[in-house]
Amino acid sequence: MKSLYNQQHLKITLDRLTAELVENHRDFSNAVIIGMQPRGIYLADRIVQLLKEQLAGRPIQYGKLDITFYRDDFNTKPGELHIPTETSIDFSLDGKNVILIDDVLYTGRSIRSGLDALLDFGRPKSVELLVLIDRWFSREVPIQPDYVGKTVESATAQKVKVLWQENDGKDEVVLL
Amino acid sequence: MSLSVKHLLGIKDLKKEDIELILHTAANFKDVLQRPIKKVPTLRDTTIVNLFYENSTRTRISFELAEKRLSADTINFAASSSSVSKGETLIDTVNNVLSMKVDMVVMRHSATGAPHFLSRHIPASIINAGDGINEHPTQALLDAYSIKERLGGLEGRKVALIGDIMHSRVALSNIYLLTKMGAEVEVCGPPTLIPKHIEHLGVRVSYDLKKTLQWCDVANVLRIQLERQHKPLFSSLREYNLYYGVSRQLVDSLDKEIVIMHPGPINRGVELNSDVADSGHSIILDQVENGVAVRMAVLYLLAGKKDELVV
Repeated sequence: MKSLYNQQHLKITLDRLTAELVENHRDFSNAVIIGMQPRGIYLADRIVQLLKEQLAGRPIQYGKLDITFYRDDFNTKPGELHIPTETSIDFSLDGKNVILIDDVLYTGRSIRSGLDALLDFGRPKSVELLVLIDRWFSREVPIQPDYVGKTVESATAQKVKVLWQENDGKDEVVLL
Repeated sequence: MSLSVKHLLGIKDLKKEDIELILHTAANFKDVLQRPIKKVPTLRDTTIVNLFYENSTRTRISFELAEKRLSADTINFAASSSSVSKGETLIDTVNNVLSMKVDMVVMRHSATGAPHFLSRHIPASIINAGDGINEHPTQALLDAYSIKERLGGLEGRKVALIGDIMHSRVALSNIYLLTKMGAEVEVCGPPTLIPKHIEHLGVRVSYDLKKTLQWCDVANVLRIQLERQHKPLFSSLREYNLYYGVSRQLVDSLDKEIVIMHPGPINRGVELNSDVADSGHSIILDQVENGVAVRMAVLYLLAGKKDELVV
């Protein structure tokens, strides 16, 4: 087991990612944050919190996206049906710059499904991808992140586990 | 997580967890139905046949819409315009349809147990859309969803089923479902329309409509099914309406607000008067809307079990 992030290190990276977002999107007047259910929400919550502090309480449009019904592996693994979680996007994405947030980018298939799902809420001006961990060399579709916490070289047999204080009792990222 | 059954033949076979899973999934599909694009690609590799051996408007349209919203391919079959009238048997008809690579069967039949019989002979998921006087499981699920949506839950709620309990598959499915989920159920109607020993299913019996309405939180008013009544069970529709019809006057005389439901089609002026059916108490049109989401959930959850089917 190898630690990729401890609490202190994670804080620095989240601050950097937030700063990069502000650098590109300024006051967020035309940008929206979409967190990917289920595990991307913890990261999205943190980023939105930090953005609010940076932008002196300016309201940020923030939605949550569940991709269960858009997955490409429905019925490929018998007995393992995905149960949906909540989607809440109560604004139109037409003409918006969307920042899609997930914790780990691996094969890219979830993000592909996410892009499909996003289009059902309107036609965004652009879509960017922010991830905490990018697992290099394991992509199955041509999808790359725009904002990355850390790039990791990992074998298929390995697993990246992202733990969050609110859910798992501590902030830590480990490679198993 | 997945359902404990491979077919939806009746609520009787479901566990409480199955019902909770279906209602949970339905809430997500209801959200899909509010979006600008009300369609998801989930079942694009699935073909579903709607076999209707008995007339239906709501249920058939609702299933068809649910299938289309899930991107499934659909085939509609009505017995009256098919080779059934030439004498083809049920198994033959269904096997012919399945040999054209159909994955799921939604079926309504006037014979009790027809879908159960079919499930033992064909390798496809079967969803019962009403079999004779036995069960109509998706109706009970959408009723439960609508009650939950309006009252916030099912446990401890008082639900009255009013009218033709004897011939109603909606009543039986509702009784199974509501008692499993911890709601209290009372059936009310003329003694000739209430089956003997029904209290063994865990329900109360009443012959006094006013008392029942005063007791309940929700009144699910059922249709008088004249087509299944082969002998006179009450003297006239007018008399039925006077004693067991739910009227505005009756609802206003209660010292509480109750929710009125009806599975449709309504016989206006018989079991339910127009001034109640179209009032703010009624959630009849919400039931219809929720029906699509609930059926999407059932199709989604059963389609995931396709590979487990062996006959």
